[in-house]
Amino acid sequence: MQNNNYMNPFLAGILLGLLLLLTIFITGRGLGASGAVKSAVVQIEKTVAPAHVENSTFFQEYFTTHGDNPLKSFLVFEVIGALIGAFVSGSISNRLKFDLEKGSKINTKTRIAAAIAGGALFGFGAQLGRGCTSGAALTGMGVFSTGGILTMFAIFGGAYAFAYFFRKLWLN
Amino acid sequence: MGPLVPDIISSELSLIIALLIGIAFGFLLEQAGFSSAKKLVGLFYGYDFTVLRVFFTAGITTMVGIIIFDHFHLIDLNIIYINPLYIWPAIVGGLIMGLGFVVGGYCPGTSICAAAIGKKDAMFFIIGAAIGVFIFIEGYPIFEGLFNSGFYGSPQLSDTFGLPNAVFAFLFILIAISAFAFAMKIELKVGGKVMSNTSQKYLITLAVVAFVIGAAEIFVPTHEEHIEKINSITDFSNYSFDEITSDELAVRLMYNDKSMRFIDVRSEAEFKEFALPNALLANYNNFIDRRWEDIFRVKGQVTVIYAEDEATEKRAVLAAEDVGFKNILILKGGLKTFRENILNFEMPAGPIEKSMHDTYRFRQTASLKLPKIIEDAKPKVVKKKKTKRVLGGC
Repeated sequence: MQNNNYMNPFLAGILLGLLLLLTIFITGRGLGASGAVKSAVVQIEKTVAPAHVENSTFFQEYFTTHGDNPLKSFLVFEVIGALIGAFVSGSISNRLKFDLEKGSKINTKTRIAAAIAGGALFGFGAQLGRGCTSGAALTGMGVFSTGGILTMFAIFGGAYAFAYFFRKLWLN
Repeated sequence: MGPLVPDIISSELSLIIALLIGIAFGFLLEQAGFSSAKKLVGLFYGYDFTVLRVFFTAGITTMVGIIIFDHFHLIDLNIIYINPLYIWPAIVGGLIMGLGFVVGGYCPGTSICAAAIGKKDAMFFIIGAAIGVFIFIEGYPIFEGLFNSGFYGSPQLSDTFGLPNAVFAFLFILIAISAFAFAMKIELKVGGKVMSNTSQKYLITLAVVAFVIGAAEIFVPTHEEHIEKINSITDFSNYSFDEITSDELAVRLMYNDKSMRFIDVRSEAEFKEFALPNALLANYNNFIDRRWEDIFRVKGQVTVIYAEDEATEKRAVLAAEDVGFKNILILKGGLKTFRENILNFEMPAGPIEKSMHDTYRFRQTASLKLPKIIEDAKPKVVKKKKTKRVLGGC
């Protein structure tokens, strides 16, 4: 079914855990991903609709805490790095391929719609929950954050709770 | 020590570090197989437990690393970013993310890795994520109430439940071990074989480390408890202290000896009225604070702790030594003696012992010159710089 040349998951987990530890030790913060999407959205809105941005409470708060240049942020650079790293990994392991992954019972259009909808839900939820699987769940667990661990349980609990209703998207 | 940003590494350099960390992050996620939606959601349908294994192993590895660093004071947990606790948005946001996971097949980090190797569905997921963020930003006035509800600061499990973090690391390791065993059982039942074997040795090592540190932190007194004990000591005959006498201090001050660092452990009011040259005002109960690290540990420097009386000086030295600082002198007899012998020196009436002749003459000179020297180098009260927490999160 799948390429079997993936790294042993325990080894990958140990290395990922050590990377997270090193990141926290050097930068005082953990890993993240959804924040970079936010930076991109903020930058686009700032460029396209500057007047609107000036009048919004969200942006006022955002610029005071994050500085004026949303793209010059830790997470944006980290995510650019992640794109490079994943690309390198994919080329080493011969997995570079334009492809659309979907369950066998659905067609391409359904898969695209579900991907967009799922992304939107995740993007929205990550804003509300102040972080995604990387920034809240994994990093939060690593630093014993009560908030992060609560989010982690909610994410995985939610996924299990809703999985049944979307089984057609994935199961044969 | 840690974290190195922002005190040791500049924020510009930190962007390059971010890029390097990102490369390693993306590489590992892709190597682990997180660039495949089917593999990711397999966890929720019971046919692939890669996510469980990678995620849990990573989490407990970091946890154990953090408790080791914390236990040996290699990292300051008061500065690192701890995700804040907002109960309701954490739960509601988490559930929405869980829904997004099974609908979309990715989470943000994994979608980026999958897009990097050409997965079109992941690219659509990212577009969707941007839309989701956009909806949140534009609808912020509507969601603001929920977003800020149930706020309880940035507690760690140790703050929330009153037990050392190591105890929770140990619990999470036990949960991980059981979850891995459970996953293997299902794999055996469904496919007849185990997809990947657990490294029991590694898990047991982590568990032992967490257990030992947890036990040490529960049963070995903390610095705060030591301070309490130190403050109740009245008889110091069991301890030894290095001293500097009033006369030696006077000589060094007159010759402007720069190798001495004075730490004043009296009250702020007393400090404002009179203090030794370039002294720093300190509350010795707080020597554990990170900023004292840089002050005590200067090579070639002698630290002198002074107060009005010797007992206070001795308590302060014991407190500093408990944090691990060394080479500290106390002023013999305290400032009280220094004033009597030097600053307010008066030549004794009547015949003077011959051996004391030079000493008295020196003291007389010192009593004339030193007040001005001290007044000229009078330190200001430095307002404590509050070490700010690193800004983090998504």
